[in-house]
Amino acid sequence: MMRIPPAAAIGLFFTGLYFFIAVFAPWIAPYGMTEVVGDVWEPASRAHWLGTDSIGRDLLTRMIYGGRTTIFIATAATAISFVTGAILGFTAAVIGGWADQILSRLVDLIMSIPTLIFALVVLSVMPVNTLTLLLVMGFLDATRVYRLSRAVAVDINVMDYVEAARLRGEGRGWVIFREILPNALSPLVAEMGMRFIFMVLFVSTLSFLGLGVQPPEADWGGIVKENKDGIIYGIPAALVPAVAIATLAISVNLVADWILTRTTSLKGGRG
Amino acid sequence: MNEKLEYLKSRVAARKMSRREFVGRATAMGVSAAAAGSMFASAARAAGPMRGGTLRAGLSGGASSDTLDPALVASEATHGILRCWTDHLVNVSPSGEIVPRLAEEVGSSPDAKTWHFRIRKGVEFHNGKTLTPEDVVATIERHTGDEAKSGAQGIVKGIESMAIQGDTVSITLSQANADFPYLMADYHLAIQPNGGKDDPNAGIGTGAYMIESNEPGVRTAFKRNPNDWDENRGYADNVEILVINDATARTSALQSGQVDMINRVDPKVAGLLDRAPNLTVKNVSGRGHYVFIMRIETDEFVNNDLRMALKLAINRQEMVDKILRGYGSAGNDFPINAAYPLFDDTIEQREYDPEKAAEYYRKSGHDGSPIILRTSDAAFPGAVEAAQLFQESAKAAGIPLEVKREPSDGYWSEVWNVKPFCASYWSGRPTQDQMYSTAYLSTAEWNDTQWKRPEFDAMLIEAKAELDPAKRKELYSRMARMLRDEGGLILPMFNDFVDAISTRVMGYEDDPNGELMDHFAMQRCWVEA
Amino acid sequence: MHPVMKLVAQRLALGILLLFAASVLIFAGTQILPGDVAQSILGQSATEKTLANLREQLGLNEPAVTRYFKWLFSALQGDLGTALTNGADIAESLGRRLKNTLFLAACAAVVSVPLAIALGLIAVRFRDRWPDKLISALTLTTISIPEFLLGYVLAYFIAVKLGWAPSVAMINDSMSLFEKLQAVALPVAVLTMVVLAHMMRMTRAAILNVMQSAYIETAELKGLSGLEVIRRHALPNAIAPIVNVVMLNLAYLVVGVVVVEVVFVYPGLGQYLVDHVSKRDVPVVQACGLIFAAVYIGLNMVADIVSILANPRLRHPK
Repeated sequence: MMRIPPAAAIGLFFTGLYFFIAVFAPWIAPYGMTEVVGDVWEPASRAHWLGTDSIGRDLLTRMIYGGRTTIFIATAATAISFVTGAILGFTAAVIGGWADQILSRLVDLIMSIPTLIFALVVLSVMPVNTLTLLLVMGFLDATRVYRLSRAVAVDINVMDYVEAARLRGEGRGWVIFREILPNALSPLVAEMGMRFIFMVLFVSTLSFLGLGVQPPEADWGGIVKENKDGIIYGIPAALVPAVAIATLAISVNLVADWILTRTTSLKGGRG
Repeated sequence: MNEKLEYLKSRVAARKMSRREFVGRATAMGVSAAAAGSMFASAARAAGPMRGGTLRAGLSGGASSDTLDPALVASEATHGILRCWTDHLVNVSPSGEIVPRLAEEVGSSPDAKTWHFRIRKGVEFHNGKTLTPEDVVATIERHTGDEAKSGAQGIVKGIESMAIQGDTVSITLSQANADFPYLMADYHLAIQPNGGKDDPNAGIGTGAYMIESNEPGVRTAFKRNPNDWDENRGYADNVEILVINDATARTSALQSGQVDMINRVDPKVAGLLDRAPNLTVKNVSGRGHYVFIMRIETDEFVNNDLRMALKLAINRQEMVDKILRGYGSAGNDFPINAAYPLFDDTIEQREYDPEKAAEYYRKSGHDGSPIILRTSDAAFPGAVEAAQLFQESAKAAGIPLEVKREPSDGYWSEVWNVKPFCASYWSGRPTQDQMYSTAYLSTAEWNDTQWKRPEFDAMLIEAKAELDPAKRKELYSRMARMLRDEGGLILPMFNDFVDAISTRVMGYEDDPNGELMDHFAMQRCWVEA
Repeated sequence: MHPVMKLVAQRLALGILLLFAASVLIFAGTQILPGDVAQSILGQSATEKTLANLREQLGLNEPAVTRYFKWLFSALQGDLGTALTNGADIAESLGRRLKNTLFLAACAAVVSVPLAIALGLIAVRFRDRWPDKLISALTLTTISIPEFLLGYVLAYFIAVKLGWAPSVAMINDSMSLFEKLQAVALPVAVLTMVVLAHMMRMTRAAILNVMQSAYIETAELKGLSGLEVIRRHALPNAIAPIVNVVMLNLAYLVVGVVVVEVVFVYPGLGQYLVDHVSKRDVPVVQACGLIFAAVYIGLNMVADIVSILANPRLRHPK
């Protein structure tokens, strides 16, 4: 039986809780997502545990549905960016030469234009829906993952055991997935937690600029934005989603940290 | 104690005592701080305006792409900047009368077709040039000319000819207009040397303040015009306009004392902000309104039953309560309210009625597919929320609305006046004639609801030339009823202008023509040293 | 030529080539922006007639290829043209904004980079003990809160309640250096919080990764102290990923701070660009795009060159 350290346990608990709520949102939420049930910014009460939002909807309900959107988009976009970024990065490092140059410069080219501006342009040309949002975020972010995985893989690629594998006559697929991937895992996992947070914050920023999910749908960042005018007067509707974003991000990272220690201990046998 | 207080007040009136000192002494005598503050304000106001100091305003609606060209002014910050350095032939007073400015006297021929403006003598532009009637004619020409890009082009296109006789500029119209001077008060028509034909961005005018430095979208600094022709303004030595587009940043700048006045306080926080010390929230009901626009010539909205169903499916009171937080009043689907002269208050208020809405919706034979309502933060403050409230109230009537939020950029080019159904705003006009001519005349460029009725146009033209107020009021009332029952305009609310000013600012007066005293606050207010 | 020099020279040449490719991409990108400059300039006031007049005057009717080469050649000579919307000289107004942006970025970098690396080293040294956990928790928290919330909360408490620093970070030429530093204190604080965690965690992860290697064990067996091992053996070998992440974050400080600029009303390049994107002011968007691309490509080139120089296998080829 594996022992889970307390920090990781807390992280696992909250991550699990948020994902559970996200999946079962329609069964958990006390009111309808768009239902207007009270006045603007009512304080917390028995009927509305977190009070109401900027047009009088139940904040708890909004938070539950908002979490569903945020978690879904961030998870899917992170997955897209890691799968694309890491595979391309490793491949570039292993093949080297022209393929590496072309890929790397192409990535540099895309990265040289600020992500936000890029997203702004793309999203103002294409119809804004969850799918475009996902793809835009995933692929833009894949460039960051690409750079990191390539840098890590280039270093690993000159290691003796990789050369040994090559001399054994192993194919590129083997080198990438059996030699480089396991050894590159720890920086990548550390990065994955960060990327997940960036995704959550990026959706919020897009919502901040009016390019996020469509109302009456909401994501946590969008709820912060809808209620942000109340922030400096201590209106909870702006703080609650921000706290939710923060706890989600922290929890995911606690889990990532734990995985990181586990993989390194598996590999090196050092505590 | 009273004698002592009176003495303190007299010291204030004689400008021998600062606010801090007064409040300190008064509170020491047992007066509450709030009461002491208002005592000081009234004593200082009674003493009349005071010169000197720097007045700083934080305004929304500026961008680094802004210009100084009066013809291109379209947003709040550029409007505020324009007011500081320019003058117009006439202004509109808070009570709605014409006030002569660079025109000393305004008169017309009996048929209201030819108007005479006698130009004030001895007025100097900031560059030392003397104002002449030729400058006035050149200004109007620049806004009228074929190459003009002026926002006032629609306003001046009814001018047939202009002539100069001595000090007087005579303007002949293609058709009679009893309200013509109001058009000359339009903010775009700022008088520039040679009409700004040489360099429209020069920033040279006859206004109370001269531009010292101008960084578009960031900060514009002014110093007092030493040769100002009008003594009753321009009290502060320096005026600074800072562009602060973010509402939260604007309120915190005021609260931390970095600016003395701000525009566009979000109604949701106005009540909370008002509780903060050293500032007051000012609200004045005006003619501005927030609207949802249905374009009548589109496949969907050609059907008046559907239009009526949607008009009945909006909960106006809820909008006023939740979007305006009481800083405004319910609308009635025509763009006129009690702030206009000749308003007919007997027109029945339309109420939220989901059952009747459902009935009209059935009668319209609509196929039940979602009706797309486009909205954006750019449409008006709270437009995205308002659309969601509309969606909910329409849902209760069985009418499926789908809210589509569009990016703020490009909203006015891609959505407004293009898509069949969207949120928008109007800032109102000083007269009913001007409001209807701008947006409800068949041929008007800004006829965003595609309201094209020959009989409506005929009544509008008849009313223009009608000099008997009772008959004019009757005509306007018939037009209002027609628009209310058949038009493409859903008008849930008239919004107040909500500003906030620091207590060190004196001389603020309510002006329904626009926010911050129709942007005259910078030149008509003064600061305590 | 030494193989490393050759690699570096190659990398430099590639950077320049890349900048050209970026210029094409930027130019093409601006052509697909929806909407129309003339319409955006006139806003709600536009009429058919005024639109046609303005379009003609702005030269929007010429073919795209002609405009690209014209633009490129004048840009090479330092002439970025004039803004369509207000006729201002772009090089001049952009220069002022760029100076502000670089000032803010430099202040934030001076605070955050050494802090991040120091915290990363401390975290490794006290790995899994309370300093590591505390640093980890604090940086995670700051990075997990949306930038605008951090900004507003700081503005409220520090500027409005305490009055220690202004909430509106508006700087201009008439201010002294000290006044400017005071004005940017809050945005620098927010930016530091935003970039710190990423750099700190990468430093920590990279060093830990190196610490698994056999030569570290050797060094430890030699009897070197913990910090000494990290400084002399682990840090130099972890330099490539660290430099990489530092450069990424420096680039972010220059090109990605729009939100912070909005919250603190800072007159930087991001706000300038967004204003002009929304008005479809193509020459300005192109000029900004070019500057951003140059900053980004330049910083990456530095990162790559440092990686090349730092990699012992590349430095001493067999």
